[in-house]
Amino acid sequence: MLLGRVVGTVVPCVVYEGLEGVPMLMVQPLDKKGASRGGPLVAADSTRMAGPGELVYYEGGREAALALAPSFVPVDHTIIGIVDAHETVAEAAPAQPGRSTRS
Amino acid sequence: MILGRVVGTITSTINHPFYDARKLLVVERTDAAGAPLADYLIAIDTVDAGAGDRVLVLDEGNGARQVLASKDGPVRSVIVGIVDAVTAS
Repeated sequence: MLLGRVVGTVVPCVVYEGLEGVPMLMVQPLDKKGASRGGPLVAADSTRMAGPGELVYYEGGREAALALAPSFVPVDHTIIGIVDAHETVAEAAPAQPGRSTRS
Repeated sequence: MILGRVVGTITSTINHPFYDARKLLVVERTDAAGAPLADYLIAIDTVDAGAGDRVLVLDEGNGARQVLASKDGPVRSVIVGIVDAVTAS
């Protein structure tokens, strides 16, 4: 899964069977520091509660469709959850003695 | 599988029901020496990993669902190990 920012909504008028009523949102993928990475994509919303401006995490690939009901639908990105808090540890955290070996 | 390092946590209240009470961690990919790469992913933790730990991430849906004993969970990435040492020549 990756982090994304909801930047808009998409309202399709005709959809493939099984996708009726599934919210579609524009999502801007983010890198690990929260900066935009690449162009936006359209994702289905399995929470049905995400909206523009919110930080979300989304799944891609076959698993994206599994988050929906019915799950055999043509979807390749789905929002799985809305982020309440996102903590990041210091970038240069020292390696823990005995837990990692640099070669 | 992917070698990585835990760099953060994600908490969320509103999520897909499959993710209720599951621990999500942000993992950055690393090379064999432990140097960070640009790529990252969010994975479910099954081994009680914590911030700074070097971890092994399974990034494949069917294996991930097997680990979590689910037939149709919308999951692809699972932390399945904490790494003690990597020896690369």
